[in-house]
Amino acid sequence: MACIDELNPEVLLRGASFAECRALVEKRCREVYYVDPGYAIFDTHLIGVPPIAVGVEETFIVLPYTKPCYGTFLIRVPGGEEVERLRRKGRRRP
Amino acid sequence: MTSQQNNGQALLVFGCPEVPVQAAIGLYLAGRLAGDGYDVVTAGNPSVLGLLRVSDIKKHYIGKTVDLDRCIGEIAEKKRDADLCVVFAHNDAGISYAASMRYLLPEARLVVIVFGRSAEELAGQIEFPCEKVVEKAVHNPGKLKIGIDEVFGWHASTN
Repeated sequence: MACIDELNPEVLLRGASFAECRALVEKRCREVYYVDPGYAIFDTHLIGVPPIAVGVEETFIVLPYTKPCYGTFLIRVPGGEEVERLRRKGRRRP
Repeated sequence: MTSQQNNGQALLVFGCPEVPVQAAIGLYLAGRLAGDGYDVVTAGNPSVLGLLRVSDIKKHYIGKTVDLDRCIGEIAEKKRDADLCVVFAHNDAGISYAASMRYLLPEARLVVIVFGRSAEELAGQIEFPCEKVVEKAVHNPGKLKIGIDEVFGWHASTN
């Protein structure tokens, strides 16, 4: 299983609030899925106020990534098989 | 400190260690909960756990420790549970962790300790069921300790 840090993530927002990340996912991504805290993408279990908005941009996934000291990042990573899993397991509405 | 009946597992979820009161209050809380009969598990990032381990060299207080990311994963995969969860929050990330714990541990008693210079503003973001202790504490843990004592019913014994 890949580690998100090893996927060379593109940082779209840095040190943002969780609400700011959700708003940007909903604004920029035409394909948005909602998941609950603990949902795993690669080796990372998502943290946040449910429901968590995760975007799909072709083969990439846009997701919030929370670290205790740096707040929440919004990152864009190659999605691989996680894109199809997200389409199957995610909800299209909050 | 003598253990009484076993009250189950208490999970302490620590945030970034940049605000000084967190380590002091965390050690205090871990010690009091252990005294009340909880098995205390401390979750945090490597910096937090390092600070606590150095401060508690004989492990009188902090109990078992677990990396925060690993802890979240184990709870999400139902490999770990808790009867009581206390989350320390002094930034937006702390509130996100607390909201996640509310979702992942729906049956647990959840206490969120909101502290630091933006404590009141952060506490206003909490829209999920929990008990809160809110204090603008940064360096001095006195008022925060009083609030915690009240929530856990310790105030009468610590005056």
